[in-house]
Amino acid sequence: MARPVDIDMGLGAGLGLKAEHFEDAVGTHADGLWFEVHPENYLVDGGPRLAWLDTVRERHPLSLHGVSLSLAGDAPPNTAHLQRLAALARRVQPALVSEHLAWSRLGPHHAPDLLPFPRTHAALQGIAGNIAQMQDTLQCRVAIENPSHYLQLAGHDWDEVDFLHELVRRTGCGLLVDVNNVFVSARNMGFDPRTWLDRIDGRAVMELHLAGHRADPLLGDGLLIDSHDAPVAEPVWALYDRLVARIGPRPVLIERDDALPPFADLMAERERAQAAFTPALPEAA
Amino acid sequence: MTPARLPDPGAAVPATFQQRFWHDLWAAPTADADTPWARQPGFAVYRNTVLKGCIDALVAQYPAVHRLIGDDALRALARDHTRAHPPTDGRQHVYGAHLPDHLAATRPADGSLDWLPDVARLDRLWTECHVAADAPVLDAATLLSRDPEALAHTHLVPHPAARWRWCAAWPAFDLWSAARDGRADPNPPRWCGQGALLTRPHGAVDAVEIGAGAVAFLDACAARLPFPAALASAQATDPALDLGATLALLLGHGAFSETVDEHPDPPSGTLAVA
Repeated sequence: MARPVDIDMGLGAGLGLKAEHFEDAVGTHADGLWFEVHPENYLVDGGPRLAWLDTVRERHPLSLHGVSLSLAGDAPPNTAHLQRLAALARRVQPALVSEHLAWSRLGPHHAPDLLPFPRTHAALQGIAGNIAQMQDTLQCRVAIENPSHYLQLAGHDWDEVDFLHELVRRTGCGLLVDVNNVFVSARNMGFDPRTWLDRIDGRAVMELHLAGHRADPLLGDGLLIDSHDAPVAEPVWALYDRLVARIGPRPVLIERDDALPPFADLMAERERAQAAFTPALPEAA
Repeated sequence: MTPARLPDPGAAVPATFQQRFWHDLWAAPTADADTPWARQPGFAVYRNTVLKGCIDALVAQYPAVHRLIGDDALRALARDHTRAHPPTDGRQHVYGAHLPDHLAATRPADGSLDWLPDVARLDRLWTECHVAADAPVLDAATLLSRDPEALAHTHLVPHPAARWRWCAAWPAFDLWSAARDGRADPNPPRWCGQGALLTRPHGAVDAVEIGAGAVAFLDACAARLPFPAALASAQATDPALDLGATLALLLGHGAFSETVDEHPDPPSGTLAVA
């Protein structure tokens, strides 16, 4: 059983750490600012990349956001990978660790994506075991993220929110709610994103993600893609505000991986998310 | 969001579902796909993301090849390579180690790109050097402070980040470094064999041309040959070699991390712990 930890509320709104913005990241100080990285890029034996991460860590809290552990795979997490991840976590002492409710590995092969699966009873049992193994190895509570959905799959025994809640109940893990993924999935699968978010148990939510998306070049708005190459869309901000109004603020990340704007533009988006941490002044009677 | 229960063979068993999904993910797109997902437009999102992720990872690791043959050509080669050799690891820097071999196996019959795999191998060595373990650098002063007699039983340990390669057929180092630096004229000043040494003497990756004798010396050190034997190997490869200058060059670029003494009769027992 993983050791439950309280969410570090010193974390406000953070940014994904990009090599292009290294100097800015090191030199910028702001209330609640933190940075998130994909640990896969830092699972190296040494060298400038790791030194760079150490430098950022000296100045800011870090979050390790895994993208390749394949928790929903048909096999347990790769032990060597998990050990490397644990070594990185010991080195940078992350404020948050997260992974996705998805799979990306089959046998010896890996696909750089977050693949979907039918949420069956058997899948639940396997994933719960994999999360427990991850938490035991890393000795911390892990936040599990809802991915974006693009396919109607048959054979679900569970809907997504119930599935996530059951994983929390069985493993003590937390949740990383990606609000943009909920919006994208809702559009693609045909459900109301507000209903999805309204059902999420706020006590389990350790982190939120906000990102930009775009319409499929061929299919338009009928198929939205979680592209991380645009500013956060207004409907996603509205969902963020609605969720935070209900459960209170959580460490929140502006995810931007492509078509990088100047650092100042990302900081401006981040300020908007950070505003949730500033209690509104009571209105004059 | 409870989808209707469509016939979906294998969906209740994760492993079976995943094998079928995986097959469709990598297979060439066909109009008569027989799985429920492959018929949906959203399946292309996964296919495109996977392929683009692999290709982007390869392109990012081969900047000199990218410069020399262009974006379209490298992406086409990377696409073929990805289909033939999907990644086996979630770490991007691990993927792509086999691209130089793929380039060698698929090079044009007219010989116009015969030099390309050797340039690609230097891009690969750059990545290996960049992510290799940290270690102190052995400097010339430390080596010179050693008793010359003792050096007879000492070997120099190549730094964990040091990578070197001899290319007899082309000036691979000049081709590579001009492309890597984005020089206007990528043509080498002279057409002869070249060696390359990549190291991290001060953190960042540093690359320098070295001769066949220096490469032989490094090979000998990696094979744990004692210092005099390594020098002899270098001189046998290049009788005109300036040993002092070569050693100064290698040490100056941080090619070694330490010296290790080979004791013919190692002392028995264990070291006392204070």
